[in-house]
Amino acid sequence: MSGSALTYAIVDGVLTGSVYALMATGLTLIFGVMDIINIAQGIFVVLGAYLSYAIQLHWGIDPFVGLLITIPTLFVVGIVVERGFMSRLKGPEKTAMSILVTYAVSLLIEGSLNMIFSVNDVQINAWYVNRSFKLFGVYFAYIYVFGFILAVVLLTALWVLLYRTRFGASVRASLADQTAAALIGINVKRVATICFGIGTAVTAAGGMVFGATNAFNASSSYDLISRLLTIIVLGGMGSLGGALVASIGMVMLEDVVGVVWSPIWSTMTFFIVLVIVLSLRPQGLFGKQLARTA
Amino acid sequence: MKRMSTVRVLAATTVAAASLITMAATSTAGASSGGLAKGAPVNIGISLSLSGDFSADGQAFQRGYQLWAKEQNAHGGLLGHKINLIIKSDASSPTQVVTNYQDLISQDHVQLVFGPFSSLLTVPAGQTAERYGYAMVEGAGGAPSVFQAHLKNVFDVSLPVANDLMPFATWISSLPKGQRPTSAYYVTSNDPFTEPQLPVAQKIMSKAGIKSLGFTVFPAEVTDYTSIADKVAAAKAQVVVLGSVDVPTVSAFMQAFEQAHYNPKAFIATAGPDQGAAFLTAVGAKNANGIMVPNAWYGGSANPLSKAMVAAYIKQYGGTPADINSDVAEAYSVGEVMTQAVEATHGFNNAKILAYLHSGKVLSSVQGPVKFNNLGENVDPTAFTFQWQGTKFVQVNPVGDPNSVKVIYPKPAWKS
Repeated sequence: MSGSALTYAIVDGVLTGSVYALMATGLTLIFGVMDIINIAQGIFVVLGAYLSYAIQLHWGIDPFVGLLITIPTLFVVGIVVERGFMSRLKGPEKTAMSILVTYAVSLLIEGSLNMIFSVNDVQINAWYVNRSFKLFGVYFAYIYVFGFILAVVLLTALWVLLYRTRFGASVRASLADQTAAALIGINVKRVATICFGIGTAVTAAGGMVFGATNAFNASSSYDLISRLLTIIVLGGMGSLGGALVASIGMVMLEDVVGVVWSPIWSTMTFFIVLVIVLSLRPQGLFGKQLARTA
Repeated sequence: MKRMSTVRVLAATTVAAASLITMAATSTAGASSGGLAKGAPVNIGISLSLSGDFSADGQAFQRGYQLWAKEQNAHGGLLGHKINLIIKSDASSPTQVVTNYQDLISQDHVQLVFGPFSSLLTVPAGQTAERYGYAMVEGAGGAPSVFQAHLKNVFDVSLPVANDLMPFATWISSLPKGQRPTSAYYVTSNDPFTEPQLPVAQKIMSKAGIKSLGFTVFPAEVTDYTSIADKVAAAKAQVVVLGSVDVPTVSAFMQAFEQAHYNPKAFIATAGPDQGAAFLTAVGAKNANGIMVPNAWYGGSANPLSKAMVAAYIKQYGGTPADINSDVAEAYSVGEVMTQAVEATHGFNNAKILAYLHSGKVLSSVQGPVKFNNLGENVDPTAFTFQWQGTKFVQVNPVGDPNSVKVIYPKPAWKS
């Protein structure tokens, strides 16, 4: 194993992990506010990738510029799904039922995408997708650097929204205690709907970068959702900071183990870490309680 | 009281066992009766990966099966019975494929079954079919693990995958010393289709003095190949042999290599580049130039049966011969082989079909001659290597073969 391979593994881990953070943040936000496990998050990522692909293919719009269209579009998709399906879930079985309902939504979208785009893999292309630049002897792929910057910008914007606005205060109150939030006049239902929309909207950005770094079809969502779920469990379900740390930590750990040892052990090593963390902290690295008081 | 209870349990168990035996006997009888009422369609049950990891291949297989059924029906069906394909999706799951074949045989009462996509699913599918006495002719289960299962009812019409890379390895090892690469890197998914192929190539190439700089195995469920590809790129080997099962894997390695400014002299992937237009769409036509893939069939094959199938495919779906996924030919071959077995045995009796397929007769298919050994392996096909040369997908070796054209070597630079 060469030193440069290890350097690349660390760089790849940070850059790629930030993009996973974008996807996972939406998932953990939705769980935190609504107690919903959104299995459809993987297909929303793929939907975001397809939207960017289609906009570029038919209108020639650069995928990053296209986010001005795809982010609002997925926000609306999120609102529609929440109003159409999620808001009807009530009672103690809500979380369990949400798995089934979002899985159904996922299948519905997957089938539609297969009909529209076929199952053949496609990939988003632009001048920066395959190119790189050299810095301190290391090649940095433009797409991963741009994706990293995008993730930093969007996650910062999300942080500002949650911690520096009135709406954010409502969200945090709902995260902490929905009943108490309702008692002090917060429209928890409205907050939940908007949060689902935001949680879905951020996948447009994650999806665009995913689609530029991977050939994909609608079935790509299955591998994604399993990875996203493990990220938010490690980070602590409902914790935004946890999703960020777990994303970067997980991808970096997998990459380093893959280079130093073998890729076969990458995933297993991650799960060993996950089991150890959960044994010591069942609520994850930055568990729900911590997140709700952050 | 306890004794009574034990007796009841024993009695119930006996009744249940008897019922099961009766059901199994009835089912086997149904499968082996072979007789169909005049005008009744012959139902053929198939489980395919229409969603999930293998969906691109699964749907290409579906096209191949449907095309065969359409063509065969246009020529009177099977023994005068119209062919009706009953296709169920297994979502690329080895568990679901078992359920699907159980349903197809015991509920849909199909007369025949065709195989699913991938070696991974063929083993459980074959085991299920064997339990009911059904012959399973398949086109995408050529991994050693399929034959090591010693299923007496599974017959793979395609090339056994273990030897897929032999023509490439033989060719590159035979290059004059000045042109012959000095180093190679082997990297593969731990899929039963790909993993057995690489050691064969490594052995041949090492013998020729091509130094192995690494052999890396990665899990099939990887979502991010960057670090693995970067590790390969950092080794700077002159040849990369990639054990891939699909387009995204090959595409990810190509992208990472280009980003790392690494261009091997030769790059061969076990699957992905054989998916015709789907591969070009994903990686870009310019970047595909020089990429190689082993297989037993391509759209430009001179085989008359293949030419007829290609013409029928283009008539139905459009495009060019290079656009056709080799999965289509593999599926089509399954239908052709089963047609010959049914016609030779004059019915749909699976026991007779099994005996016929084990007889060592040489059958024909769009992929070339088919002859099964006692493990169900096709021992007759020839392995080829194909290469993308611009937007053309051409046969490049065996070098002496009249249909082979000159290999583009070394591989041109990446051109995104």
